[in-house]
Amino acid sequence: MNWGSAAEFFAMGGHGFYVWGSFGACALLMLIEPILAGRRRNRALSELKREVAARKEP
Amino acid sequence: MSNRIINWFRFSSPQTFYPLAGKMIPWFWALAALFGIAGLYISFFVAPTDAQQGEGYRIIFVHVPASWMSMFIYLVMAFWAALGLGFNTRLSGMMASALAPTGALMAFLSLWTGALWGKPMWGTWWVWDARLTSELILFFLYLGFIALQSAIDDARRADKAGAVLALVGVVNIPIIYFSVKWWNTLHQGASVSLTRSPSMAQTMLWGMLLMALAFWMYAIAVALIRLRAIILERERHAGWVEALNEVKS
Repeated sequence: MNWGSAAEFFAMGGHGFYVWGSFGACALLMLIEPILAGRRRNRALSELKREVAARKEP
Repeated sequence: MSNRIINWFRFSSPQTFYPLAGKMIPWFWALAALFGIAGLYISFFVAPTDAQQGEGYRIIFVHVPASWMSMFIYLVMAFWAALGLGFNTRLSGMMASALAPTGALMAFLSLWTGALWGKPMWGTWWVWDARLTSELILFFLYLGFIALQSAIDDARRADKAGAVLALVGVVNIPIIYFSVKWWNTLHQGASVSLTRSPSMAQTMLWGMLLMALAFWMYAIAVALIRLRAIILERERHAGWVEALNEVKS
């Protein structure tokens, strides 16, 4: 165990800004990317449904 | 005997790969989470403080995986692009297109975490050194690939143009990899190499490898989601797409 307290953990020996800036950016972007990819698929699906419905109408 | 051999070409059709990809995605998410939790635990609680760099070195646990993936995804992307160019298979081009944004993200994260590591250790966010510059070029190659493909309306022609760009850009990958050997750079040498034992503590190495696996599984999962979106976009006039349950409902 490297840390005596939570405050010590977040301080990262004075490098907190750099360490959390790195891990935070990774976490944030790796959260956003799947959401965007999922939305792209949902958009494709809803467009498809519209097209199929339009074709069925007489 | 012959019918026991899996016909791999069957999976090269979007129709068969679409449902298969859908089944694979949750597994890759699960693996990414598993490796990620183990990797983060080692990164922060098991790996010791570095004698020279203190706690700041912990950036290595995201910096190296992001950098590895940025190069690896490019190679995989170029592989699919070449396959599509050579055999004119539909799915290959879609694979390449699905990988590009994830590769760009990894290259960006590599540069971002590198800047945040460089500032406390070297005293600067950025230097025009061989390793950093070639990684920046990689980032621009991804962006160029995406921009070129979105500028061409016809998907098959976009695939071909993108494939040529991707293949020309492959030359940059060995340049990134060997840049720390070929030139005098501020960037430190390779921490892990195939030819000699790693220059770091065992636990640090394990943390890095687990995080790299997590990034890898993440990249596959998100690329497969995007691939499914691309398949739906491009195959929307095909009969099989209309027969899908998610479209019918």
